[in-house]
Amino acid sequence: MFYLLIASLIVAGCGLMVFLWSLRTGQYDDMDGAANRILFDDAPPPVKPL
Amino acid sequence: MSVTAGLDLAFVGQASPPAVAVGGPLLSRLIPLEPDSETTPGRTPINDSACEHCGLPVATGRKFCCPGCLAAHDIIQGLGLGNYYRQRLLDAGARALRPEPAERWDLARHIVTKPDGTKELTLAVDGLQCGACVWLIESVLAKEPGVLVGRVNMTTRRLRLSWQGSDQDADRLVGRIEALGYRLVPFDLSALAAMQDRTGRMLLRSLAIAGFAAGNVMLISIGIWAGQSGAIGDGGIGPATVSLLHWVSALVAMPAIAYAGRPFFASALAALRHRRTNMDVPISLGVLLVTGMSLTETIAGGAHTYFDSAITLLFFLLVGRVLDHRARGQARATAEQLLALRTTDVAVIQPDGTIRRVGQEQVAEGDRILVAAGERIGVDGVLENGAALLDSSLVTGESLPVNAEPGAAVFAGTLNLGATLTIRATATGGATLLAECVRLIEAAETRRGRFVVIADRVAKRYAPAVHLCALLTFLWWFFGVGVPAGQALLTASAVLIITCPCALALAVPAVQVVATGRLFRGGMLLKSATALERLAEVDTVVFDKTGTLTEPLLALLETPDALDLHLAATLAVSSRHPLARSLVAAAGAVVPADGVIEFSGQGLSRSTPDGEVRLGSRTFCGVGDAPSAGPEMWLTRPGAVPVRFCFGERPRQDAVAVIQQLLAMGLRVKLVSGDHADQVARIASALGISDWRAGCTPVEKVSLIEGGGAEGQKILMVGDGMNDSPALAAASVSASPSTAADVSQTVADLVFQGAKLEPVVIALQTARQAKAVMRQNLALSIGYNAIMVPLAIAGWVTPWLAAAAMSSSSLLVMANSLRLHKGAKS
Repeated sequence: MFYLLIASLIVAGCGLMVFLWSLRTGQYDDMDGAANRILFDDAPPPVKPL
Repeated sequence: MSVTAGLDLAFVGQASPPAVAVGGPLLSRLIPLEPDSETTPGRTPINDSACEHCGLPVATGRKFCCPGCLAAHDIIQGLGLGNYYRQRLLDAGARALRPEPAERWDLARHIVTKPDGTKELTLAVDGLQCGACVWLIESVLAKEPGVLVGRVNMTTRRLRLSWQGSDQDADRLVGRIEALGYRLVPFDLSALAAMQDRTGRMLLRSLAIAGFAAGNVMLISIGIWAGQSGAIGDGGIGPATVSLLHWVSALVAMPAIAYAGRPFFASALAALRHRRTNMDVPISLGVLLVTGMSLTETIAGGAHTYFDSAITLLFFLLVGRVLDHRARGQARATAEQLLALRTTDVAVIQPDGTIRRVGQEQVAEGDRILVAAGERIGVDGVLENGAALLDSSLVTGESLPVNAEPGAAVFAGTLNLGATLTIRATATGGATLLAECVRLIEAAETRRGRFVVIADRVAKRYAPAVHLCALLTFLWWFFGVGVPAGQALLTASAVLIITCPCALALAVPAVQVVATGRLFRGGMLLKSATALERLAEVDTVVFDKTGTLTEPLLALLETPDALDLHLAATLAVSSRHPLARSLVAAAGAVVPADGVIEFSGQGLSRSTPDGEVRLGSRTFCGVGDAPSAGPEMWLTRPGAVPVRFCFGERPRQDAVAVIQQLLAMGLRVKLVSGDHADQVARIASALGISDWRAGCTPVEKVSLIEGGGAEGQKILMVGDGMNDSPALAAASVSASPSTAADVSQTVADLVFQGAKLEPVVIALQTARQAKAVMRQNLALSIGYNAIMVPLAIAGWVTPWLAAAAMSSSSLLVMANSLRLHKGAKS
């Protein structure tokens, strides 16, 4: 049981890390734009994080 | 080649690029050639009365409304981006994509140079229709040499541009986008906006951490509860396992509480330092006490800990805060965008006679400034030459334009209705009329009492009551019943947990989020957190006249012959002059005429086979030199009598209905204006307002508002002029139309868009409903406490009961708040 406890914490911790990373790279700054971007095929150039 | 039926927005289904390359012969493209449409059958316009580029009406058989649209279309097709026309959905609310002669910006001073030599520039974009526009702009920029990043944020409608090269490249890049019909305005991120952004991210990060911890701790807690109830294991789980699980909970929850609780702890500390109390004080105290108690229990190896309750509470509260922040941030960003799109540079005449465009703050005393016809004067000054016709409605509230002679003082914000004129800047910085207004605003704001929001008023009584209750519980169990101190403390803590104002703290923010969102969709930008509650208390509405009750621009008074009006409008649509714009607005959708020449400040002319058609001033049209009675335009054409168009002040369309509604709501309605008595009396009687004052200076307006406030009136001030701004600050709550002077919009709690006055009524109604729901929510959460507190005092509350009760009461309050959203739809 002890291992399960550790494992669940690690998995959830990974989720948290991913969220914090996405927040830091500005993925929550433009919610409307992202929804529309997917409609256009040839993608504009990649964006460097600030 | 088939016509795409799904997006039938007046565009040709162009599966292949058109035959004509960039820069094709202008005339042949403006008037489509018959053979072209025969050889390519798919190119028949679906709706032949709309321009292929901007979607505005054009004459039957034509494809483009103006050379600008043709050029834009050619650019897009030439780059192979014709897909744009098939993918886009035109937004009727957005500015049409017709390219206009752009203002010249001094971009260099907005450019930020990074250490590695790359340049960065942020611009506000006007004219975004949908996601396709974002794609178009980014694709066009991507094809420009040197561009590193060109990214449009669709939420904030801003373009972030970064490139390798010189400052001069900015003009080229911006020019490319402007040629497509968008308007770009340099946008310097204000300190406030940057801070907003940081707070928003901080809240979101706290929410994520609280969510992570809440989920895990709750999972562990369920295991403990199940084990203790005997549901799992062989007759329950042993004390050693419980202790281990408590320790794990503590290790997960405590750092999370320390991090995610910061927004509350900081706010509570700030309030306590000012010897006040707010809702964050009982929250912080509750969370900290519960955590501390749970920790001692864990160390002592006790049976019950409440880590899950503490962290879940923070999670719920943070959800409310994040939504609240987002809703108001959006309203504020939109308000900023409106202001940014209106700022203009000032054209300073250099000693060598050239013109340099600089920001208003860079103008020095003594500089000579050129003001084009139809432009707003940027700084205070003295008129040097040119007998000017000036519209100072946004500055002083005078509705009728005045003739000014050289030597007269003019103020920033005045609209130049006449010919191009030169002024000499007299006052800059702290000596301008604007600076004087700002001083009055600051004075009025310090005199205005601090508004205590309903949640803090409740907290003021609630916090001591709860803490007293917990203390009495402890005393009763310790001395009265005689249990050990530890157990008495445990029971007292349970009281604190149960009363921890989760639902109470959500009661108000949840309503605010829903109400702010509802107003936002209606074009009303609620900027202040407390404005909703202040609006609900309003019993008196004070209106300014010019630009608030009346339309912001001079309107065409008498409707002349419809054909004359239509002819005049086909010329006027080519001009940016305010009178020409009013004329176009009165005529409705018109097709611009070809070959219109504008004579700045005089009028427009067009050669026709029959002779010249002119639209403009009395002298320009050769009607005579006699001074005119008011602002006017003349239309002359060969073989017809000259037609006169009179302009003047006109109440907003729905002004009468709005005043009636306000009176029906039981509100007092007053009119306070800086204009002449006869003008004010005319409008007041037309709208049915009996209580009016004319000729008020800004100081008089403030003292009138403050006088009313001293009598206990709760005043909503609605005004647009710079002269209203101190009164807006003095009133208990204020609103401005989005056409208002910059300073007024900044001061106002609520900015409303559109030509109607109705938003004032809607805002008041929404605020009253919101207040009612807030009261219900508070009653709900206090009612929940009334039931749960006796149970806690009796010592019957276990951790799972506390967690369940707390979550359900929070959800109940949120659901009740959402009713407001539903009510708006029906």
